[in-house]
Formats: sequence, structure tokens, C-alpha cells
Amino acid sequence: MDFGIIFSQTLTQAIGITAIIYCLAAVGLNVQFGYTGLLNFGQVAFVAAGAYAVGVIVLTFDLSLWLAILVGILASTLLALILGIPTLRLRADYLAIVTIAASELLRLLVRSIAFKDTFGGAQGLNGKLGQQFHDLNPLPSDFTSLPVLTWTRQDLWVVIVGWLLVVLFTLLVWGLVRSPWGRVVKGIREDEDAVVSLGKNVFVYKMQALVLGGIIGGFGGIVWAVAKQSVQPDTFQPDFTFFAYTILLLGGAARVFGPIVGAIIFWFLLAGVGELLSQMIQAGYIDFLSATDVGSIRFILMGLGLMLLMIFRPQGIFGDRRELALDAR
Amino acid sequence: MPANTDNDLASANDLMPGRAAAVAALKDVPHVPGAPKPDPMLVADHVSRQFGGLKAVDVAHVEIQRGAITALIGPNGAGKTTLFNLLTGFDKPDTGKWTFNQQQVAGMSPYKLARKGMVRTFQLTKALSRMTVMDNMRLGASGQLGERFFPSLLPFLWNAQERANEVRALELLGRFNLDAKLDDFAGSLSGGQRKLLEMARALMTNPEMVMLDEPMAGVNPALTQSLLGHIKNIREEGTTVLFVEHDMDMVRDISDWVIVMAQGQIIAEGPPDAVMRDRQVIDAYLGTHHDQALTKDGTSLTQDSSGE
Repeated sequence: MDFGIIFSQTLTQAIGITAIIYCLAAVGLNVQFGYTGLLNFGQVAFVAAGAYAVGVIVLTFDLSLWLAILVGILASTLLALILGIPTLRLRADYLAIVTIAASELLRLLVRSIAFKDTFGGAQGLNGKLGQQFHDLNPLPSDFTSLPVLTWTRQDLWVVIVGWLLVVLFTLLVWGLVRSPWGRVVKGIREDEDAVVSLGKNVFVYKMQALVLGGIIGGFGGIVWAVAKQSVQPDTFQPDFTFFAYTILLLGGAARVFGPIVGAIIFWFLLAGVGELLSQMIQAGYIDFLSATDVGSIRFILMGLGLMLLMIFRPQGIFGDRRELALDAR
Repeated sequence: MPANTDNDLASANDLMPGRAAAVAALKDVPHVPGAPKPDPMLVADHVSRQFGGLKAVDVAHVEIQRGAITALIGPNGAGKTTLFNLLTGFDKPDTGKWTFNQQQVAGMSPYKLARKGMVRTFQLTKALSRMTVMDNMRLGASGQLGERFFPSLLPFLWNAQERANEVRALELLGRFNLDAKLDDFAGSLSGGQRKLLEMARALMTNPEMVMLDEPMAGVNPALTQSLLGHIKNIREEGTTVLFVEHDMDMVRDISDWVIVMAQGQIIAEGPPDAVMRDRQVIDAYLGTHHDQALTKDGTSLTQDSSGE
């Protein structure tokens, strides 16, 4: 057993590209669910919209990646409007139902044979999706690897820009929620009718939150497509959304740094448990499991960990227990 | 808050020019349902709302006098809260038109009505629990630039406005004895304090008319006295008050005009004393046979009805 490898692998994943993608999705959810109280159970649809915008514009239409990013933002906005206009006037649960259905609908749509020429069917779109971005890589071409963190030159470039995006959106969210705008959306989370009775147009605020959270999630998809150079429909399953929720609750909902810390801890634990188990099986310490079981076992342990979190620290890492106690009234 | 004695209240009434003006203005108004008022702020016609087979509200005509405290009373299920919801836009009527300050407002969204100056509170208090008392108050202020999406990111645009709102909020909280609770979560307040906060928050919008849905429900007697004082003060400052209430004593004490509803309709109107002597009102509240003996031979069921 090599604890050095376990540690370096775990850390690389904990702050790696996947963690960034989930973190962006969770930052978006934090705006929607954490601050505004919108139950968006289809965040993966926004991520898919961003990713497919890059795939379709760059690969299918052979246009610029920068245009693709713009289209990704527009696609997320449009999706938020389509989902929001009919449901945001209704009770909160309608949005939850519509969003989870829409996310699956979107996935099945892009993987359908009818649109194979545009979206690539079940195989998705694979190719040099992020080439224009990778061409800008300022890292020296003889770069091999950082100590401990085992990213390639290309991955490190994505990681740097990815975390910059996270910081940028976190700053944006921080600026918004400390302002009177943030006060209104928090009020909506607490009691919509009370906010209406004070003369605020609640629908507009909910829509703004849904669109903003969607765009941030869409950026997660853009990062995904650029980093992995591939967009596949079946990676956009509903469990993506639930992992993003897990990350948000882990860090603490309605806390600016919640999604960042949540994403890092989530992937640190998930990767760490996986690496540790693999190494133990390889070394023969565990003989009742095979290497192929590790993938599912780590999620079982993750689930157990989350249950313990909910029992002993239901407010998440950054949350305030006093707020939670008020909720029960 | 020390409870005022009746004498104090009586003398206080004499010191209230708002009350005197309201009573004088309503002096010649006939005591009939739908009576026209000299200076109505709210005029509603043929407002009805049906829930399945039940006609919850069926009001032919009603006018609410400007600058007065009008009480809307009636037994449970009379349709008071439903009428409230309809007039404030929180529920849509089946039929009906109403004007606020001579302007047609039927069918208008509740937030627009609130902006026009018609602000309500709720029967089940809606304090925003996980926000501080001060944030609740700040939220009440209208026309805040910082509440718009892009300007909200530039604090220098709205800081001055925010400070001004805080000064006003502090002044209101002081009046409502909540200034010690500024940074507490609204959810940690007692039921009565939440009622006070909701009322103070509504006043932050600078309303022309406040509509209070059972402001006294669940409030202890000592706090009730102070709440009554606050409602009177609201009128003295020129704001029209319409409130729903059950407690007759309370209504008698503070209202300038009383509208009685039963089974969705307005059955009586008038100053509190006149309304409380009204045969129809007594019947609606207590039942038609309330003053007849329950036993066949006419003897009292209780041993001593006078010994209280």
C-alpha cells in the first residue's frame, strides 16, 4: 500500500476538473435553492445545455468556441425561461417536478436517433471541442506535472481557469446576496406572500434567480465539454443534480463558500475512499471485495457519511444551527 | 407595557384629532349595509367568490372611509378573510369591481396593489423567520434601487438609501418596542412580537391603507393594549385602517366604523355602539334563540349567572 499515491490521487481529484464542474452546478443551485428556495431538481439540464452548446457549435457547425460559450449562456437562459414561466407562479413543488422531467427529456432528446446529425445520438459529440481554449495554454510546453497533483499540462490549464470561474461566480453571488436584491430573494424563500404584500414582484426575482443559477450551471457544462473534449448524453443523468445538492448541503446551503468547500470535501472523500479500497484490495488486506466493487462501495460509504452528517451536523459545514432550529417552528 | 385603564383610554380618545375627525365625518352616514361615505378610499361593487357550492363572499356594495379605523367583524366563516384576500389581489373574485383612490384596481396583482399603498398583514403571521428583525424591516421599504439585479452589485448606488431606510426602521421598531431585538432572527420572536413586527414592516412601505387580518389573534392581553395603541397611532398619522377582528371589546375600543359580515354578505354597518345593539348582529353572533331558555321550564342551567 502506497499512501503517497492514495493521497496524491485523492487530492488531485478533490480539486480537479470534476470537482469544478460539480462546484459550478452547486453554486448555481445555491442561488436557486439556497437563497431563493427554488427547488430545481434538474440542474443537470443546464449543465447539459452548456456542454451541448459547445459540442454542437464547435463540432456540428464548425464554428468558434467563443461563440459556443455565448450560445451556452443563451441556451441556459432560454431553458430557465421555458421552465420558469409556467411554473414559477405556482407552488414550489411544481418547479421540482417540471425541472426533473425536463432534465430527462432533454437527455433523451439529444440522444435520440432523430437528432443524431446534430447531437450525435447515444455516442454524443467527441472531438477537439476545446482546441481553441487549449491553444491559449500559457504553461511551458515541456511541463510534465506538478508535485503531488498529477494533472497533465492540458488539465492544469482547465483547472486554473475553472477555479477562476468558480471564484468569479462566488464573488458575483456574494455581491448579490449581501445587497437588497439578496434580501428580497431570501424573503421569498421564507414566505413568498409576505414579500408580495410588501409590493415586490416576486415572479421577476424568482426568474432572475433561476436564470442566474442556470447560467452558472451552464458554465459547468462548458468547462466539462472543453476539458473532456467530449459530450455524452448519458453522463447527464439525474444523479448529477443530486450530487450537486449533496455538495450544497454538505457545505451548507445559503452560504457563499458552501458549494466550494462542499465540492472539495465530496470529491476528496469519494476519491479517497475509492483509492484506499483499491489499494487495500490490491495489497490483499480485503479479500471479500474485488476491484470492480469499489465504485459502488464508495457510494455506499458516502451515503453513510451523509446520513451521519444529517444527524450530527444537519446545517452543513458552514451552516448556522440556530437557523435550522427556527425552521421547525 | 403597562395596561391602560379604561379612563386613560377615554381621555386619550379626546386627545386624538384623527379619531375626532373620523367620527365627525361618519356622523351622518346612515347605519345600513353598503352605506355611502363622505370620502371613501376603497369602493367595492358586487364582489363575489364561490368555493364549490359555497358562496364565501357576496358583497353588493361597500365603502371604506379614508382616515378612519374600520373594523370588519363577523362570526367564523363569514367570509371576512376571503374578502380581504380578494380586495388585496391575493385571490381572484368570480365577479366584482373595486376602486382604490378612485382608480380601478380589480384584477391587479397583489404586489401592484401594495405599491399603490394598500398593504396587508396576514392572519397567520408571516415573519420571515430566518432573517433578522432589521432585515425584515429593510425589506419593507419600497422603491429600493438596490433591489434591482444589476444596481444591487454596486453598493455605492444604494448605500445612502439603505441608511435612510434603516433610520426609519429604527424609529418604527422603537415605537413597537422591538428595538432591542434588531439582530435577532424574526423566528425567535414571540407570537405577539411577530404581529408587531409584521405591522411595523407593513408601515415601512408608507401605505395609505393598512389592512390587518386579525391583528390580535394569539396575542396576550398586555400586548393587546399596546397593539391597540399602535393601531390608533396609525390612524392619527393619516393612514386608513381596515381590520378583521373577533373580539367585540377590542372593536368597540378602537374602531370608528364597524362593518358586520355573515355568510358572505354585509348585514350591518355603523358606529361600534350602534352595531352592537343591532338585532341582526346579535343573532348572527349568538344565534337567533340565544336569549331563550334552554330548559323547558325556563330555569337557568347555571346556579348563579350574576356572580362573576
